[in-house]
Amino acid sequence: MGNEFKESISKAINNANLTGALGKFSEAYKVNRAKAYEGIDFEELRGKIAELKSYAASHLDELSAQFTQNAEASGATVFRTNDPAKVREYILKVAQDNNVKAVVKSKSMATEEIHLNPYLEKAGIEVGETDLGEWIIQLAGQTPSHMVMPAIHMTKEEVSDLFSKEVKERLTSDIPRLVKVAREKLRPSFLAADMGISGGNIAVAETGSIVLMTNEGNARLVTSLPRIHIALIGIEKLIEKYSDIATILKALPRSATAQLLTSYVSIITGPTPNTDGSMKDLHIILMDNRRTEMAADPKFKQALQCIRCASCLNVCPIFRLVGGHVFGKVYTGGIGTILTAWFDELKKTEDIQGLCIQCGACKDVCPGKIDIPDLIMEIRRRLVQEQGVPLLQKTIYAVVNNRKLFHGMLRAASIAGKPFTSGKFIRHLPLFLADLTDGRSLPAIAAEPFRDRFKKIKQPIMKEKAVFYAGCLIDFAYPEMGESLVKILNNAGIEVLFPEDQTCCGAPARYSGAYEVAETNAIDNIKALLSVDATYVISACPTCTVALAHEFISTFESLRQTEWMPKAKELADKTIDFSVLVKKLVDEGRLSLKEGQKLGKITYHDSCHLKRTLKVSEQPRELLQRAGYELVEMFECDTCCGMGGSYSMKLPEISAPILQRKLRNIKDTGAAIVAMDCPGCVMQIRGGLDQDGANIKVRHSVELLSDQLDLKC
Amino acid sequence: MGYEQFKTRAEGVSAEVYRFNTKDNALGFIIDFLRKEGLADTPNACALWAECSFLDGMNLDELQGNAGLKFEVTSELATHAKFGISQMEWALADTGSLAQNSSAIEQRLVSSLSTIHIALVPTSGIIPDMPTLLTKIHPEDCSYIAMITGPSRTADIERVLTIGVHGPERLIIVFVDEMGGNN
Repeated sequence: MGNEFKESISKAINNANLTGALGKFSEAYKVNRAKAYEGIDFEELRGKIAELKSYAASHLDELSAQFTQNAEASGATVFRTNDPAKVREYILKVAQDNNVKAVVKSKSMATEEIHLNPYLEKAGIEVGETDLGEWIIQLAGQTPSHMVMPAIHMTKEEVSDLFSKEVKERLTSDIPRLVKVAREKLRPSFLAADMGISGGNIAVAETGSIVLMTNEGNARLVTSLPRIHIALIGIEKLIEKYSDIATILKALPRSATAQLLTSYVSIITGPTPNTDGSMKDLHIILMDNRRTEMAADPKFKQALQCIRCASCLNVCPIFRLVGGHVFGKVYTGGIGTILTAWFDELKKTEDIQGLCIQCGACKDVCPGKIDIPDLIMEIRRRLVQEQGVPLLQKTIYAVVNNRKLFHGMLRAASIAGKPFTSGKFIRHLPLFLADLTDGRSLPAIAAEPFRDRFKKIKQPIMKEKAVFYAGCLIDFAYPEMGESLVKILNNAGIEVLFPEDQTCCGAPARYSGAYEVAETNAIDNIKALLSVDATYVISACPTCTVALAHEFISTFESLRQTEWMPKAKELADKTIDFSVLVKKLVDEGRLSLKEGQKLGKITYHDSCHLKRTLKVSEQPRELLQRAGYELVEMFECDTCCGMGGSYSMKLPEISAPILQRKLRNIKDTGAAIVAMDCPGCVMQIRGGLDQDGANIKVRHSVELLSDQLDLKC
Repeated sequence: MGYEQFKTRAEGVSAEVYRFNTKDNALGFIIDFLRKEGLADTPNACALWAECSFLDGMNLDELQGNAGLKFEVTSELATHAKFGISQMEWALADTGSLAQNSSAIEQRLVSSLSTIHIALVPTSGIIPDMPTLLTKIHPEDCSYIAMITGPSRTADIERVLTIGVHGPERLIIVFVDEMGGNN
């Protein structure tokens, strides 16, 4: 990552106003969004949206033509182009032909995308933003930091300074007063402007209508008062049917601002009369700017299902720390990264794609059902394809791809790490590695890895067998978790097998875009794990489980690797996560936990891959409560802990504050133990609590449950 | 049922909702309201009433005896007017929204520039939701469909909800049972 980028991150994180405002907003948003969707089947709704938007994305040409025909029949002029420069020229020409001196605008991300304002201003036309947030950033000479709330990064004091200068009067930071000042200051601009420029939330092919939504009422004025109206619309806003408006409007305000509906919605079809009795000169520009190309890309086509609600920003644990400006000048957050790769260029996402921790929170709430994390991975993959893997990473992967060398180095590290180790932790690392232990101790590499300890476990020979896939963390840092797992399964009458050729699951390589490395890891593991006959392949690391159950297949798909696909599917079918299998065994009466225990308060942290990819959250809670723990839920129990595999090493400055927030939420419960099902989360949270000094035990469920087995059966 | 749901939802977004059985009672309420809120024949205190079926058969000259109440709507008057009165044909119960055919500019001027917007609605215009609305009003017959849900609002400064940015600060909704409505 570039220094400039790293600097912009640290500037954002150290901006208390920004992180304060975003933090508060993101907390309130989750609650309010849930309330706004009460009584609505969100899955059904987004299924419909995805379907109708996906249909539109497959028929962009037809719908554009149909829209054009219908809008022109109702009296509008429609201009379609792929080229942002042509959009700018067209707007300027209409302005000059009509002797336009001043333009008022309502919020339009499409005009931001083509940097329209400076272009018109350079030609001597006065451009006034009228959305309050846009006006604030226009006065400040900045760019929007959020698609829906462009000035969310600014404080009322900063706004009052800007407004004071503008109205030449010292204003206080009283918000209602500031809003009134904006109303009074902007009202004459609406009346004086010769041209109004708007975006469009929806364009309906069947009727040639455009739909505009605002809360302030500025779009109504922009489309009513000036004699010319130009609407700039990205063609991904096209839908086929008029009745589909209701489907999108059901989700858009709820997802964007947790409102049932915005204060104002306008459906405009053709020109309307002006105040002087003449008819409006209405121009609608359908802008492509690579959207058609995007629709033809099998992976990225789904990004056109976006309805621009920005909920992916609102739930992102990274966005709430760094805000929008770190992402660039136009589209921000998760979807912004994807849109930037297309509407700007792939290379522009080199740094920002790295901000995604792959926690999946955005995918859960996207009303367009877009798999944003997966598309960001695809960006990584294509970047690596284009530019190759950075040298340092290359060296690391060369090692990871050679299991014997990799495991040999891990063993060596358990000795080499000694000088920095105190007990079970590495508290400080020297020099440039120091950031890695900033706010978090790292686990010491175990003196004896699980693969060696396993040989010493005496298991009875049992009919049913399960292969244990340990993953690097349990194998080399937390072998005791593996021992607990063997104890539990043996108790249920299952013998555990440990094929020694198993190696890294490939997640670190895959998450860095190095798919070829992940492919080799996948093949090595398939060979090893299917080499013995067993009912299950069990993993106690959800990231590894996801790799075995889903990602080997998708890596092969991306690389068109067909040879190993059947085996990958066979492995996927056998793969099961620890808590799912144990819950099943308990339900079947094959495993019993001690009865009547009172083990005190516990809180549970949901790991990203377990909760959102594997959809497992109830099983571990039920098991722990059945064992005798009293569950106290923490605030934001399913928000990422900041680990994200190698993320915490690449961006420790972001990972650390995410961890601090998690630790605070854990401590607030008053529980003596925090349980989780992922050794990566254990590493992050245990390391954090070690440096914090709080007396709270951090345990994988496997450790807690193995202590509570009813050994009678 | 529809009315109660509408009222709850509309009040939830800071609209004020009233209901009268007759046009006379509704008119009486509006005149009282205007006076109480300071109606006067000055640019900043006048009321503009856009053409609507509520006014059919009424004596407009007599009504204009209330100094400041006008039936002529221009942007010059509307930008300063304190009150704007118009008739909205539909009320969407599930979101507390009003809707009308707003193709005539006067309808938009009184409802978007005034400080207080008074919206008359035939009680029979209450419909369940937006899908129903879209079956009742179609772009073929209407070049500007307007929906209004509560007063103008913003949260652009520090996410603090503030009422009355570019549009009205108050939305007064007056249902009239006696009006058949256009639907």
